[in-house]
Amino acid sequence: MYQSVQTNRRSFIKKMAMLSAMTAAASMFPGILFAEEQERGIPEGANLDWKKTPCRFCGVGCGVLVGTENGKAIAVKGDPKSPVNKGLCCVKGYHSILALYGKDRLTKPLVKKNGTYVETSMKEALDLVASKMQETIKDHGKDAVSIYGSGQWTIPDGYAASKLFKGCIGTNNVEANARLCMATAVTGFLTSFGIDEPMGCYEDIDHADTFVLWGNNMAEMHPVLFSRLLDQRLKRGVKIIDFATRTTRTSMAADKSILFNPQSDLAVGNAICYEIIKNGWTNDQFIEAHCNFNKGLTNMGYGLEDNYKFTDKPEKISFEDYKNFLEDYTPEKASKISGVSVKDIKYLATHFGDPNKKVMSFWCMGPNQHSRGTWMNNIIYNIHLLTGKISEPGNSPFSLTGQPSACGTVREVGTLTHKLPHGVVMNKEHREFAAKIWDVPVENISPKPTYHTVEMFRALDRGDIRFMWIQVTNPMVTMPKLKRYRDGAKKEGRFIVVSDIYPTPTTDIADVILPSAMWIEREGMYGNSERRTQYFEQMIDPPGEAMSDTWQLIEVAKRMGFEKQFHYKEETHISEIYNEYRRHHEGKKHNMAPLEVLKSQPGAMWPYVDGKSTQWRFNAKYDPACSNGKDFHFYGKKDGKAVIWQRPYEPAAEEPDAEYPYWLCTGRVVEHWHTGSMTRRIPVLHQAMPHAYVELNPGDAKRMQIRTGDMVKLTTRRGSITMPASVNERGVPAPMQVFVPFFDENMLINDITLDSFCPISKEPDYKKCAVKVEKA
Amino acid sequence: MPIKSYLVHPHDGKKEVLAHALAAITECEVLPAENKDVIVLVTETDTKIEEEILKEKLEAIPSIKLLAMVSGFDAPKN
Ligand code: SF4
Repeated sequence: MYQSVQTNRRSFIKKMAMLSAMTAAASMFPGILFAEEQERGIPEGANLDWKKTPCRFCGVGCGVLVGTENGKAIAVKGDPKSPVNKGLCCVKGYHSILALYGKDRLTKPLVKKNGTYVETSMKEALDLVASKMQETIKDHGKDAVSIYGSGQWTIPDGYAASKLFKGCIGTNNVEANARLCMATAVTGFLTSFGIDEPMGCYEDIDHADTFVLWGNNMAEMHPVLFSRLLDQRLKRGVKIIDFATRTTRTSMAADKSILFNPQSDLAVGNAICYEIIKNGWTNDQFIEAHCNFNKGLTNMGYGLEDNYKFTDKPEKISFEDYKNFLEDYTPEKASKISGVSVKDIKYLATHFGDPNKKVMSFWCMGPNQHSRGTWMNNIIYNIHLLTGKISEPGNSPFSLTGQPSACGTVREVGTLTHKLPHGVVMNKEHREFAAKIWDVPVENISPKPTYHTVEMFRALDRGDIRFMWIQVTNPMVTMPKLKRYRDGAKKEGRFIVVSDIYPTPTTDIADVILPSAMWIEREGMYGNSERRTQYFEQMIDPPGEAMSDTWQLIEVAKRMGFEKQFHYKEETHISEIYNEYRRHHEGKKHNMAPLEVLKSQPGAMWPYVDGKSTQWRFNAKYDPACSNGKDFHFYGKKDGKAVIWQRPYEPAAEEPDAEYPYWLCTGRVVEHWHTGSMTRRIPVLHQAMPHAYVELNPGDAKRMQIRTGDMVKLTTRRGSITMPASVNERGVPAPMQVFVPFFDENMLINDITLDSFCPISKEPDYKKCAVKVEKA
Repeated sequence: MPIKSYLVHPHDGKKEVLAHALAAITECEVLPAENKDVIVLVTETDTKIEEEILKEKLEAIPSIKLLAMVSGFDAPKN
């Protein structure tokens, strides 16, 4: 009997799996037919209750359907109705629900007493958090308390945090881990266009003829979007060009792989612009009508010193000045810096230059985690602006996001020290606008930004910050030059609160650990890379006393005396917060879709105007916010024009030398979500990728007699680490370079990385420092 | 244990060969499209080791151009 129930159930699930794949195929191949008898017999309805949600993991933001039964999530499939993934799902998405059920889920609050953690009630833990924060403010001032959140915060989490800290407490000590991955994308957009986030959308993939991937291992990091590229190649023969420092799965699947020396993408990008101009491939009409030329300061430094400050000074230049500047970047000169052949530089330029080809650029951490990252983002935009290949279907410079709501929460809600949901703290009108909606005196909002992430942890080390609340992120794995910040956080007189779902190296430094509700255990919204806001309802109960990060913040706010501002009811607080948040973005440039719309469909793209998502911003055909009477309107800038920036090549903060002769690059793997705190608890994924490793170039490995599995010692000026070698496996670094993934808390590569950052965005460069490599 | 479904894209002109190769693997159930170059594949394994072996087997099939996972189900043993 038992056996037969099980067999029936398995065969039913197999049929469901088959049906999902057939549905996905139907959306990818309209008119597709399968033999009829195969479709028969798939049972209709079952006990499974399927509900839509965005995937918990990456910034692609796939729509998934989660099947629950008896209060437990037991199945996931790609949502065929989602225009993002059209029914597809990657290995992480498919296994995502298993992350809810790791054996060591945090279910009770823990408070450190005499060096050991003691279980307590949520009420007592929240009382303690509120009173500690009040005490710290009394003794050390309001800028001694801080919150460090995440691009995995839901929109209401980030909104509640910003309102509490900036609006009520009155400190701009609000940062999020997106500073470590997307801050450069933001400054890139702001400097070039005056307004954040991509102008295009994923549908560009269906129109482009060439895809240039700038230091972007899409096959592993954005697998479902990469499947869409491959699908277009099958259907339309599009070209995929991988431009990277390391050979990856993406390079292997691409039509052409071009390797460049670390940091030299700046030179190659400029050489492409040089070629475009030299060959007369510029779109002069577009440039004349829609572009200005600027230059900024150079030799900015790398932010290695405490309290480092930098503000760029933009200066207008002429097209002629810009052309003269590019004389330093002929393909021949750029080839010497980059190691890329003149032929390949010209090859890249021809794709952008061909007026009959639509080109989409994709990038993510390569140009962002870059000590001249804002410049590199500007240079990619320069190429698209010079050729007018922007803001129309298929012509699209597209900055990808890593986290599910780095855009939705950090960039749109504005959980960075200088930001407000609408505008920046430095602007009086923006402060007044926020204060009115938040129902706080405008004087509460400080006009001065305080610390960006690296500086915030430096301030904690110095003692300028005494209290830090960390939610949904694991900085004790991800901070560069980690040892300094770990030691700093453990110093006497620091009080750390960590809200998370599992124990991590960050909960190890906590004084209070609050168990959080995860993803579909609560209600919320995420915003993905293409400006798409997606809603999910609570589908299952959180375990034990676990509570959503939003409600934790509300409870603490009330205890601190801000009941008036945090008047939300428990049953309706998410919709109340979302409706309040929408008021910050009212207007044609950023209107967010009403909640009922988000509930009824797989997300909507802002600006959501007259009941419609805007797919291509700045293009009068598609974007109702364009008002200059021309074909394009870059309305983020006062004069309605985008900026082509003169940005030179400058070396990295630390380059290989005689003592540390290799480049060290760090990054991710497809199986694990960032620091692995969730995916390492999913047996299939953990088994597929159980620990970190160091990838070596086969020639270097042979010379040092290192084989896969041999232990290798890596030493930088920050310290040493030993880990197993990987030679000719998944990725192959160029000679004299090594690559290490950062997901493994037992092999903390960030103990030896460098905390240099882009002076404009303050985002660290995790891709470049000098390292010595020895067989251990 | 895991049940997964995939869309399998064959190399040009290799749909039949690929469908046969997949059908020959015990853990695979195959449904080729009638009129497009794509095959639906459902795999079912009992243990993690079996799953890995199967993955290796699939990766070794020369007529596969691309394997895209669509959905997965964790069918509990009890
Ligand atoms: S590509 Fe990203 S969003 Fe899509 S299923 Fe995979 S992890 Fe989730």
